[in-house]
Amino acid sequence: MPLLKNNTLISDTWIHVGLDDQLPEAGDVIVPWARLLREFELLSRRTGKLGVVFTNADRAEALATFLPRLSVVVLPFPAFVDGRAYSIARQLRDFGYRGEIRGTGNVLPDQLQFMLQVGFDTFDIGERFPLSAWQAASKQMSLAYQRGLFRRSAEAEIWTERHTDAEPWLEQPHAG
Amino acid sequence: MYRYDEFDHQFVRERTAQFRDQAERRLKGELTEDEFRPLRLMNGLYLQLHAYMLRVAIPYGTLSGRQMRQLALIAEKWDKGYGHFTTRQNIQYNWIKLEDTADILAALADVEMHAIQTSGNCIRNVTTDHWAGAAADEISDPRPIGELLRQWSSLHPEFSFLPRKFKIAVTGAPHDRAAVKVHDIGLRMHKSDTGEIGWEVIVGGGQGRTPIVGVTVRDFLPEHELIGYLEAIMRVYNLYGRRDNKYKARIKILVHELGAEKFKSEVEAEYARKPQATTAVEERELKRIEAYFAPPAFEKLPRWSHAFEEAKVKNANFARWARNNLGPHQVEGYTIVNISLKPEGGIPGDASADQMRLMADLAGKYSHDELRVSHAQNIVLAHVKKDDAFTIWQALDAAGLAAANYGLVGDIIACPGLDYCALATARAIPIAQSISRKFADIDKQEEIGPIKLNISGCINACGHHHVGHIGILGLDKKGEEFYQITLGGSSSESASIGTILGPGFAGHQVPDAIEKILDTYLQLRNPGEEFLSAYRRVGAKPFKEALYAAA
Repeated sequence: MPLLKNNTLISDTWIHVGLDDQLPEAGDVIVPWARLLREFELLSRRTGKLGVVFTNADRAEALATFLPRLSVVVLPFPAFVDGRAYSIARQLRDFGYRGEIRGTGNVLPDQLQFMLQVGFDTFDIGERFPLSAWQAASKQMSLAYQRGLFRRSAEAEIWTERHTDAEPWLEQPHAG
Repeated sequence: MYRYDEFDHQFVRERTAQFRDQAERRLKGELTEDEFRPLRLMNGLYLQLHAYMLRVAIPYGTLSGRQMRQLALIAEKWDKGYGHFTTRQNIQYNWIKLEDTADILAALADVEMHAIQTSGNCIRNVTTDHWAGAAADEISDPRPIGELLRQWSSLHPEFSFLPRKFKIAVTGAPHDRAAVKVHDIGLRMHKSDTGEIGWEVIVGGGQGRTPIVGVTVRDFLPEHELIGYLEAIMRVYNLYGRRDNKYKARIKILVHELGAEKFKSEVEAEYARKPQATTAVEERELKRIEAYFAPPAFEKLPRWSHAFEEAKVKNANFARWARNNLGPHQVEGYTIVNISLKPEGGIPGDASADQMRLMADLAGKYSHDELRVSHAQNIVLAHVKKDDAFTIWQALDAAGLAAANYGLVGDIIACPGLDYCALATARAIPIAQSISRKFADIDKQEEIGPIKLNISGCINACGHHHVGHIGILGLDKKGEEFYQITLGGSSSESASIGTILGPGFAGHQVPDAIEKILDTYLQLRNPGEEFLSAYRRVGAKPFKEALYAAA
C-alpha cells in the first residue's frame, strides 16, 4: 500500500510479517508487538531493519528498551476519534526515538497536521480520500500556540516567535 | 482586556478558512456526517432538535462592547434576534444554518472571537470568576492564566481527540465563584507567605451522571510550571481514560477508578519524565498577557457616594436592586453591577439583540467598555462608579433588564432542555418560568435570601442541578416528564453534591414543592441563617416530611 510522506506518495518497502508468519531470510520487516516481545533476540540477529506495530492500549514505556533497535513504529488508529496514539507518538519522541513513526488505520485528512505535529512521519492513507485532500489538509494551519511540536518549515510556533527578539510587546499600546 | 496580535488574528482566520472548507466538503458529500461531526463540534456546531446550534466562546467570560454588539448583529442576521448565555460563560445561537456558519465565524474573527473547542472531546473554553479583576476578596486577576490556557489549549495536536470533553476553571479568589471543584481541572490561586503566586491543582471534579468533588493533586504549583504540569495530566487522561463507555469517559472516572494516589503518581511520573525544557517563554508570554489585564485607570473616589445614597432613599425599587444586584468592588467608590437575565417568567440567560446592544452601550459609558458573562447566566459590568449606578439602573429598567433578583430564588440557572436540546429528557425552561412566576413577589424572594436554584433537563447536568442549593433534574418516565429534587448542593469553596429528597414530581407540581421546601426553611431557620447553612444543620428530614408526609 502506498505511504504518504512529506506530502507525496512513496512505496512501502517493508515486509509486514504476522504473529506466526514465516520470517523472510532477508529484507526489512515489521512485526506485531507480541512477536517483538516473543522473539526479540531472533529478530535482532537478522540483517534487515526492524519495525513494530504497537497497540494504543499498551504503555509506551514498555517499548522504550527496544527503541534503539527499531527503525519504524507503526501506531494504529482503530477509530479516528481515538486519540491515544497522539500521546504515544509524543512519548516515543520524548524517549529520544528518532526513527519513523507511521500512522495507520482510521484517520481523516483533517487530522494529518496534528499527527505531523506530534511526531508522525508516514501514513497509510488508504483509499477513502484522494491524495489531494491529504495534501490540502496538511498545511491548513501555519501557526500553533504549543511549544515543542514537530513543524514543517512553513509553520511557526507563536509563543516562540513572539519572544525571539527584544520584547517588542513592551511597546504595544494596551487597552487596559 | 486581551487584544489579538497578528498571530492570534492569523490563527483564527486560518481556522475559519479550514472550517469553511470542511463545511463545503460536507455539503458536497465528500465527508460523511460521522466524519464531519467531530470536526464541526470542534468549532462549536451542534445538530439540535430543530436546527444547528452554534456555541461561541467567550474566553473566561470577558468581552468588550464591540464584541457584544457583534453578538447582537449575529443574532439578528443569522438567528432569530436573540442569543442564550450559558453556564460556561459562552453564548449559543439555536437557529443556525450550516451554510451560514463559516460566515458567522468570519464575523466573529472580525472582533477577535471564535467558536473553537466550545464542543467536542477536547479542552473547552476556560471559565473563571465573573468578578475577576474587580472582586474585593481577590488575590489577583486569574484571567491572564485563563488567556494563557486558551492559547495553549487551542488546536492542541495531542489533546484534540480525548476520551471525552474537558473543562478547566480558574479562580483567583478565596471565595470560589468559578466552581473549580466540580471541573475536570480546577485551578485555585494561593499566595505564599513570601508573596509568591502558586496554584492549587484540583482534578476529577464534575457533574453529569456521576457528580464528584475533585481532589487536590498539587497544593502550590509554581506558576511557570502550570503548562508543563497540565500537559502531564492531560497525557495521563488521554492515554488511560476510558473509551469503552462514554458515560465513564470523563477524567473523574479515571481518578476514581485508579484512586487519587495512584492517579497522582501517574501524573507525577509523566511530569518527571517529560523533557524539562526551559519555561522562560511561558513566563514571558504570561507577562505579555498580564499587561493587557492591568487594572483600568480608576478614579480616586470617596467610599460614600452621595448621589448613590440619595437615589436609594428616593427610589425604593432602585434601593432594592442596589441591595441585591451590586457586588463589593476592590476600589473605593466603585461597585460591580450584576445584570440579571432572569426576568419574571423569562428564559434564563436569554437576551435580545437590543438588550445586548444596550448592555454594550452601558459598558462603554460606565464600565471601561468591558462586560462579563457569569456561569449563573447573568451579565456583569465589573467596574462601575457608585455615582453612575442609578443612571445604569434606569436604562436597564427601561429595557426589561432590572430584575432585582440576583442571587435570589428567581435567579435560576437552567439549561435549554427539551425545548432545544437533542440530549434532553425533559423541559427545563418552562419549569424555570413557572417557578419564577410562583416567586414573583420580590419581597418574598428577599425574605428567603441567598439561594441557588439550578435546573437540568437531563442527567448531563448542564443546568448544574447537583450543585444547586436546590437542584431540579428533569427525567423521562415512560414518556412522561418528571422532576427529581435535590437539596444541599454547592459549587463554592465548600463544594458539595446535592442529595435526592425523594420521589419525583410532575412538572406542574414542581413550583408548589419548591414553595413547601422554602416555607419549611423559613420556619426552621435561625436568625440570619441562609438556606444552605440551615440545610446542612438540620438535614433532609424536615424537608422530606413537608413534601411527602401529607401525600
